[in-house]
Amino acid sequence: MKIAVLRFPGSNCDQDALHALRTLGYRADYAWHEATDLSGFDGVFLPGGFTYGDYLRCGAIASRSPVMAEVRRLAERGAPVLGVCNGFQVLCEAGLLPGALMQNASQKFICRPVWLSPVNRTSPWTHGLDRPIRIPIAHGEGRYTCDEATLRALQDEDRIAFRYTDSSGHRSADANPNGSADDIAGVLNAGGNVLGMMPHPERAINPLLAGDDGVGLLRAFGLVRAGSV
Amino acid sequence: MPIVRVAVTLKPSLLDSAGRTVAGSLDKLGFHEVSSARIGKLIHLEVDRFDPERIKEMCEKLLANPVIEDYSFEVVE
Repeated sequence: MKIAVLRFPGSNCDQDALHALRTLGYRADYAWHEATDLSGFDGVFLPGGFTYGDYLRCGAIASRSPVMAEVRRLAERGAPVLGVCNGFQVLCEAGLLPGALMQNASQKFICRPVWLSPVNRTSPWTHGLDRPIRIPIAHGEGRYTCDEATLRALQDEDRIAFRYTDSSGHRSADANPNGSADDIAGVLNAGGNVLGMMPHPERAINPLLAGDDGVGLLRAFGLVRAGSV
Repeated sequence: MPIVRVAVTLKPSLLDSAGRTVAGSLDKLGFHEVSSARIGKLIHLEVDRFDPERIKEMCEKLLANPVIEDYSFEVVE
C-alpha cells in the first residue's frame, strides 16, 4: 500500500499527513498537483490547507488541477481516497463527493477537538469504529450543505460517515461546531472508498498530542482493496 | 473588447453568515431599515467576443458552484 499525499499551492497539512501515514507503517510520498500519472500509488490523501488562497471558492481551483483526473481514475477503481478539511472541499468541488462546504454559521475560524460519531458502519473507514472518536477541527468554512434530495440520498444510502455529537454520541446544536446540515462531519461516495471529512485524523495519532483516535480511521487505507492501479 | 460582468450569488435558501453579520452591523450604525444583506461576487471578464453559450459554460465549469450558487451575466461595455 503506497499512498500519495497531494500537494497543491497552499496545502499546509501535507507534512502532518505524510508523517501520520508513515508512522502507521504505510509507504507514502508527496505528489504535486501538476502530476498526470499516479500509477504506483494505491491510495490518495488530500490534505488540508488553503489551496490557491481559497480564491473563488475553497478548493475550486485545486479541484481543476491536472492531478485530479488521476484521483478520479483511482477513485473509480475503488482505491481509498481521503480528503481532510480543504481536501474535503476539493473533493466536493471536483464532484467526487456531493454537497459543498460553506462559511461556519458562527463566522469564526474554529480550532479545537470535537467528538464524532460514526454513522455508516460498513465502509472501510468506519467499520472498525464502535464509539465516538475525538478529533481536532481547524476550519473557517466547514458548514456542510447540500440540497434536500442529496441529503435524503446520503441518509438512505448510508453515506454519512460521521456526525458531530457529544462524547456520548448524542446530537445537539452545541455539539455541531459549524452549523453543518444534519450535523454532518464527513460523507462517503457511493462505493464507500472515497471519504471527505472536515476533522483532521492525521492530527490525532499520538496519545500525548490530542489523542490517537485518528489511528483507527487511517488504518482503513490498508483495508480498502485497491487492486492493481 | 467586450467586458462581461458575471454576478455569482448564494442561493436564496442558504444561510449567508457573512451577509447576516453585515446586516447586523448596518443595524448597529442606525440603518434599521435593513432586514437582510446577501453578499455575492462580481467577476468582470474581458473577452475577444461575447458568446453567451461560452460564458454559461465558464459559469458552470468554474465560476459558480451549482450546489450553492446562482449566476447571471451581462455585457457591460
